[in-house]
Amino acid sequence: MALIEAKGITKTYQLGDVEVNALRSVSANIELGEFMAIMGQSGSGKSTFMNILGCLDKPTEGSYLLDGVDVSTLNRDELADIRNRKIGFVFQGFNLLSRTSAIENVELPMLYNGMPAKERRLRAMEALKIVGLSGRENHYTNQLSGGQQQRVAIARAIVNEAPIIFADEPTGNLDTRTSAEVMELFVKLNAESSITVVLVTHEPDIAAYSKRIIRFLDGVIISDEAKAV
Amino acid sequence: MINVPSTIKIALRALRVNKMRSMLTMLGIIIGVGAVITMLAVGTGAQRRISEQISSIGSNLIIILPGSTTTGGVRMGAGTQPTLSLGDAEAIQKECPAVMHVGPVLNGVGQVIYGSQNWSTAVVGTTPSMLNVRDWGLSEGRPFTNDEVRSGAKVCLIGQTVVDNLFGSANPIGQSIRIKKVPFTIIGILEPKGQSPNGQDQDDTIYVPVTTAQRQLFGTTFPGMVRTIMVKAKDAEQLYAAEKQITELLRQRHRIGPRQDNDFTVRNLTQTLQAAEQSSKVMTLLLGAIASVSLLVGGIGIMNIMLVSVTERTREIGIRMAVGARTWDIRLQFLIEALIMSLIGGIFGIILGVSGSELLSMFAGWPTIVSTMSVISAFSFSGIVGIFFGFYPAYKASLLDPIEALRYE
Repeated sequence: MALIEAKGITKTYQLGDVEVNALRSVSANIELGEFMAIMGQSGSGKSTFMNILGCLDKPTEGSYLLDGVDVSTLNRDELADIRNRKIGFVFQGFNLLSRTSAIENVELPMLYNGMPAKERRLRAMEALKIVGLSGRENHYTNQLSGGQQQRVAIARAIVNEAPIIFADEPTGNLDTRTSAEVMELFVKLNAESSITVVLVTHEPDIAAYSKRIIRFLDGVIISDEAKAV
Repeated sequence: MINVPSTIKIALRALRVNKMRSMLTMLGIIIGVGAVITMLAVGTGAQRRISEQISSIGSNLIIILPGSTTTGGVRMGAGTQPTLSLGDAEAIQKECPAVMHVGPVLNGVGQVIYGSQNWSTAVVGTTPSMLNVRDWGLSEGRPFTNDEVRSGAKVCLIGQTVVDNLFGSANPIGQSIRIKKVPFTIIGILEPKGQSPNGQDQDDTIYVPVTTAQRQLFGTTFPGMVRTIMVKAKDAEQLYAAEKQITELLRQRHRIGPRQDNDFTVRNLTQTLQAAEQSSKVMTLLLGAIASVSLLVGGIGIMNIMLVSVTERTREIGIRMAVGARTWDIRLQFLIEALIMSLIGGIFGIILGVSGSELLSMFAGWPTIVSTMSVISAFSFSGIVGIFFGFYPAYKASLLDPIEALRYE
C-alpha cells in the first residue's frame, strides 16, 4: 500500500461569479521513502495539490488516503492531528516564529501532542543536531542566516518523526550555495531515515535532486517520470 | 491534550514583546478594578456608619408619644397633653405579645453638681428594662433594680460625657451627686454610645428610677404620669404587629370611642433609619455599577488590542496550525493572553483600590471599608471581563484558514 493514494482530486474555487478549477481529477500515488518533485508554472495547480496532500486544504471531490486513512472526510482538528504526527512542512519563507529561539521553534509541533517538556527538549536537540545546528539552539531566528533558518524549519519538520516532508520552494529565498546545502540535507534525510520528501519547485536544478518528477499544467498532471538510476 | 503551562509561557512572551501596549491595556482594567473597589469601600463605609447609628439607638424600636392639646382652637404639638402613665407601660409589657421590652420615660433637663463642678444634662426617669430597650450596657457598676424603682431610691446611672465633665479621671461609682439639688448615689456608668443619628450626644445623660423622677425631680400632672414610652418589638417582622397591639391596648385603656382620635401617637423609630440604610445600600450598588462601567470599558480595550494582535500574528497562527495546533490550542492561547492581562490588571487594580480607599478616608475623612467580598468580586469580575472580551478575538484566530494565514504578509 502506498503512503499516499490520491484519486480523482478536484479542487474548485469560487472567485466571484467565476468557477476556477485549480485541480481537475488528479490521481497520484507516492510510496514511503520516495524523493519526488512536483513541477509546474505558477497557477498550474501544484501548490494546491501540495496543500491538499499536506492536509492543509480539502479537495472538492476525490478521495485521499494517507497511510491508509481517508483524510478527505476528516474535520479541522483531526486534520491538525494528522499534520502534527505524519507531516512536516518546509516553506519558501521559512515560517519560523520570530523573537523565538531555534530550539523553541523546533519544539513547536510537540507542544500540540502532549509531549513532556523534558522529552521535547531532548528531541529538539537531537533534530537540530541532525540538521547540523548543534550549539545554535538558543539563537533567535533573526540571528540566523537564511540557510540556517531553513535548517531550523527542517528540524521542526522531522522532530515528530513524521514519515513525509512537504517542501514548498524550499530554496526560493536562498543563494545557490546555500540551496545546495539544504538540498543535500533533504537527500541525506531521504537516504538515511527513509523520510518521504515531496518538493514543490519550478527550478529544474532543484528538481534534479529528486528521483521522480510530476509536472502540472492547468490543473492536470501532464507527465510523471521516474529518473533512471 | 492542551499544554497549559506552555500556553501560559507563550502568552507571557507575547505580552512582553508589546510591553507598552500590554501595559496600557492593563491600565484600563487597573482603573476599572480600582474604581469598583474604592466606590464599594465608600458605599460600605457609609452603610456601616448608618447601621452603627441604628444599633446605637437600639433596634426594632417603637416610641409612644402622648397626644396634643388644643387651646382656644390652637392645636399644640404632640406630647403637649400628658396622657401616658406607668400603668400603660406595664400593660403594654403584659398584654402585647409582639413586645419584648418596655421603657417608660419621664425626662427633663437638670443641673447636676459634684463638688465644685456642675453640668446641665438630660435626666431620664425610667425602669431597668430601658437598658434592654436601648441595647445599652454598663461599663461599670450595676443597673438599678425594680425594687429601687418601686421604692423611689435616689440612685442613678450616668453617661460617659457626664463622667468626663464632673469627675475627670476619678472613679464616680459610689459618689454622691446632686441633681436639681436632690442627692443621688451613682451606682453605674453607661457604656459610651456616641452620637445619635441626628447628632445628639447620647452619652450626655443620667438615668434615674422613674418613680424618683416623678416624685423628686419633675413632678407630674397626674399620679404615675410619664412623658413617653419606648418599646422594643420582638423582632423586625413584629414591629408592625407591636404597633397595632399597642394602639388597640392604649385606645382601650384611655377609653377612646370608635370615632375619636387617639390621644397618643405610636411611631416606629427604626423605620426611618432602615430606610436610610436601604438607600445607602442602593447607593453602594449604584457606585459599584458606575465603577463597573469603567471595568467594562477596560474589557473593550482588551478586545481591541487582542483583535489587533490576532491580525498582526496571522502568520504565527498559520505556522502553529500547520504544525498541528487544533482549534482550541489557538483559542486558548489568545484567551489566556487576554486573561493574563485582565488578571494582572486586576491585581494592580486591587492595590490601587485599597490604597485609594485609604487615601480617601485619610484626606477626605470619608469612612471607607474595603470588604474582602468586594476585592474578590472585583478580581473575579476582571477575570470574567478578560474571558468575555478575549473570546471573540480568540475565536476569530482559531477559525483562520491555515493556507491563507501562512501566506499573510
